[in-house]
Amino acid sequence: MSKTKRDNLITYGIVILAFIIFQVLSATGNLSSHMKGLLVPMTYYAVIAVALNLCVGILGELSIGHCGFMCIGAFTSAFFSKVTEEVLPTAPRFIIAFIIGIAFAALFGFLIGIPVLRLKGDYLAIVTLAFGEIIKNVINAFYIGVDSHGLHFSMKNAMELNMEADGQIIVNGAMGITGTPHDSNFAIGIAVLLISLFVVLNLINSRDGRAIMAVRDNYIAAEASGINVTRYKMMAFTISAAIAGAAGVLFSHNITTLTASSQYFGYNASIMILVYVVLGGIGNIRGSVIAACILYLLPELLRGLNTYRMLIYSIVLIVMMIVNWSPKVIEWRKRTFGNLLKKSGKEMA
Amino acid sequence: MKKFTKAFSVFMASALLATSLVGCGDAQSTGATGAAEGEAQAEGSAAGATFKIGAIGPLTGGAAAYGNAVCNAAELAVAEINAAGGINGYQVEYSKEDDELNAEKSVNAYNTLKDWGMQILVGSTTSACSIAVSEYTKADNMFQLTPSGSAEDCVKYDNVFRVCFSDPNQGIASAQYISDHNLATKVGIIYDSSDVYSNGIYQKFVQESEGKNYEVVSAEAFTQDNNTDFSVQLQKAKDAGADLVFLPIYYKDASLILTQANTMGYAPTFFGVDGMDGILSVENFDTALAEGVMLLTPFAADATDDLTVNFVKNYKEKYGDTPNQFAADAYDAVFILKQALESKNATPDMSTSDLCEALKSAMTEIEASGLTSTKMTWDASGEPNKEPKAVVIKDGAYVSAN
Repeated sequence: MSKTKRDNLITYGIVILAFIIFQVLSATGNLSSHMKGLLVPMTYYAVIAVALNLCVGILGELSIGHCGFMCIGAFTSAFFSKVTEEVLPTAPRFIIAFIIGIAFAALFGFLIGIPVLRLKGDYLAIVTLAFGEIIKNVINAFYIGVDSHGLHFSMKNAMELNMEADGQIIVNGAMGITGTPHDSNFAIGIAVLLISLFVVLNLINSRDGRAIMAVRDNYIAAEASGINVTRYKMMAFTISAAIAGAAGVLFSHNITTLTASSQYFGYNASIMILVYVVLGGIGNIRGSVIAACILYLLPELLRGLNTYRMLIYSIVLIVMMIVNWSPKVIEWRKRTFGNLLKKSGKEMA
Repeated sequence: MKKFTKAFSVFMASALLATSLVGCGDAQSTGATGAAEGEAQAEGSAAGATFKIGAIGPLTGGAAAYGNAVCNAAELAVAEINAAGGINGYQVEYSKEDDELNAEKSVNAYNTLKDWGMQILVGSTTSACSIAVSEYTKADNMFQLTPSGSAEDCVKYDNVFRVCFSDPNQGIASAQYISDHNLATKVGIIYDSSDVYSNGIYQKFVQESEGKNYEVVSAEAFTQDNNTDFSVQLQKAKDAGADLVFLPIYYKDASLILTQANTMGYAPTFFGVDGMDGILSVENFDTALAEGVMLLTPFAADATDDLTVNFVKNYKEKYGDTPNQFAADAYDAVFILKQALESKNATPDMSTSDLCEALKSAMTEIEASGLTSTKMTWDASGEPNKEPKAVVIKDGAYVSAN
C-alpha cells in the first residue's frame, strides 16, 4: 500500500471512528444534549474547511469569501425545500436540495472564478472578499413569494410581490427564509464530509491534482510544460465552491432561520474558516477537519467561563498557532520529544 | 537570544497546558456541580424541589445591551420571587446563556440549559434566535415564553408565547394611532432593511396605511453597514413634504437621525416604536432634540406607578443601569410564569412536558398585570392582548400622550 493511500485511509478512518464513538455515546445516553447539538455544525464547518483547503492549500489562492458560496448553497437549497415541503417526501427532497445547492454554488464559483482567477495573491483575496459581501447583500435584497400564479419576485419590498391571499413569502429580504425543514443530522453530515474528503483527496492524487499543484508551485514552469493554467485553476476553484455549497445545504437544514447576515456569511465567518485551515495546516486536508472540529468545540465547551471564554479562545488560538507553526518551537519540540521517543524506543527494544 | 526563545517556548507550552487544564478543570467542575445539582434535585423532590428557569440572549457583542437587559431583569424577578417564598412554595433556580445574536449559538445555548435541567425557557431575546430555538422546544415540548422575540414566526408553535407586541401589531397600532389622532397628512419612513424587526413593522405599517387619512410619501431604507449618514433619506422625506417621519428602528440609529435632521433644519414630528425607548440615555446625544418625539412603547422607565418605580430602583441598584423595555418584558415574563404556574398548582417534580401542557392551558386563562401593561391576556396563538401606550418626550422625559 502506498504512503498516500495509507494516509487517506487514516483520514477516512478518523472520521468514521469519530462517528462511531459519538453514535455509541449517544445511544448509551452518555452524550449531553449540548454536545449532540454541536455535532452537526461541527461536520459542516469541517466540510467547508476541506473546501477552503482545496482552494488555499492545493490551488494556492487565498480566498476570503468562501462563506459566500456556503450562503448560495444554503439559500438555494432552503428555497427548494421550503417550496416543496408538502409536495415531496423528505429523502428525495433533501437529496435534490443537495444537488441544487451544490450546483448553484458551483455555478457561482465558476462565474466568479472567471474574473477572480486572473489575479494572484493579495489582489485575489480582496476580490473574493468583495464577492462574498456582494452575494450576502444581494440575497438580503431579494423578496420571493409563491402563490397560485407561480413565483413572484421583487427587489424592493414584500408588498411589491402583489401576491394572492393564499401566497406564501419564501425569501423575505433581510428576514431571509424561516421554517426550512430540519433535515440535517449527524449521519448525513458525516456522509457529506466523507464524500467531500473522497473527492478532494482523490483529486489531489490524480493527474489533474498534480497539475493544479504544479500551477501553485511554479506558474511559469507549469505553463511552459503545457499545462492549461486557467482550466486547472477554474476546476479547483469550482470544486471548492461546490463543496462549500454542500456545507451550506447542511447549514440551512440544521437551523430553521436562515438570514444572510454577517455572523454566518460575512467576511468574519470566512476568516474563521481560514483560521481552521491555517491551524490545521495549509494543504493538509486531515488537519483542517480536526482543526475545524476543535476550534468549533472550544468556545462552546468554555461556556462555563462566561464572557472570559472569548479571551481564552483567542489566547488558545495564539498559543496553538505558535506551538504548531513557529519554526523554533517545532525545532524545540523535535529536540525534546524526539529524544523521549528515541529513549522509549530503546527501552522497548 | 537562544536562551530567551527556549524560555519563551517553555512558557508558551506551559501556558497551553495550563489553559487546557483550566478548560478541563472547568468542564469537570461544572460537570461535578451538575451532578451535585442532580443529586440535590433528587433529594429535593422529596424535601422541596426547585423550578428551573433558563434565559438566553446576546450577552456579548453588538446586541449585548438587549441580552443583558433580558437576562438581568429575569434574574432580578427570580430573586424577588425567591425572597417572597417562591412559586407555590418552591424556590426558583435561574441560569442564563449567551447566544451572541447567532441562531446557531442560540440552539447550543438552549442545549446547554437543557443539560442544566431547565424546565421553562424565558427567551430567546431576539427574533431569529427565538424562532430557531422554538423548533427545539417544540420537539422537546418545553414551554417557551419569549420576552422580546417580536417576529411573527416566533410563536408559530403552540408551546411558545410572547410578552412583547409582535412586529406586525406594532405596525398596525402605529398606523392606527397616527390616523386616529390626525397627526399627519404626509408620512415619510426611514427603516433598517437589514433588520428583521424594522422590516416587519415597516411592511405592516405600509399595508395598514392604505385608506387611512394620511399618505406615505417616502420610504427610505438603510442597512447596518451604512448607518452613520442619514442625510439622503432625510432629504427625500423633506422634499416629499412629509410632516411626520415614522422611524421603526432602534434608538441608536434614531438618535443620529434626529441630530442630522436638526442640522439640516428639518423638523417634522418623529414617531417611533418600542425600539426607540432608550433614546434619552444615548451618550453625547442632546436630549433637547428628542423633544416632541412620539413613540409607542409598553414601558417607560420614568413612569410613576409603584411597580415601575420599584423595578427601576432595584434594577439600578443591582446592575447600575436604567432598565429598558427589554428588561421590563423579561421581568414581566417571569412573573407571568409564576402566575400561570400558581393557577395550575404546578410543582417542580412534574416533567417538562407536563409543565408545558399545564402552562399552555394556564396562559389562555390568566389575566396578568405587570410593568408593560396593567392587563395582558393571551389566546392559544401565543400573541399577547394588551393596549399599546403612546408616550411623547417632553422636557427630557416620557409623558403619556393621551
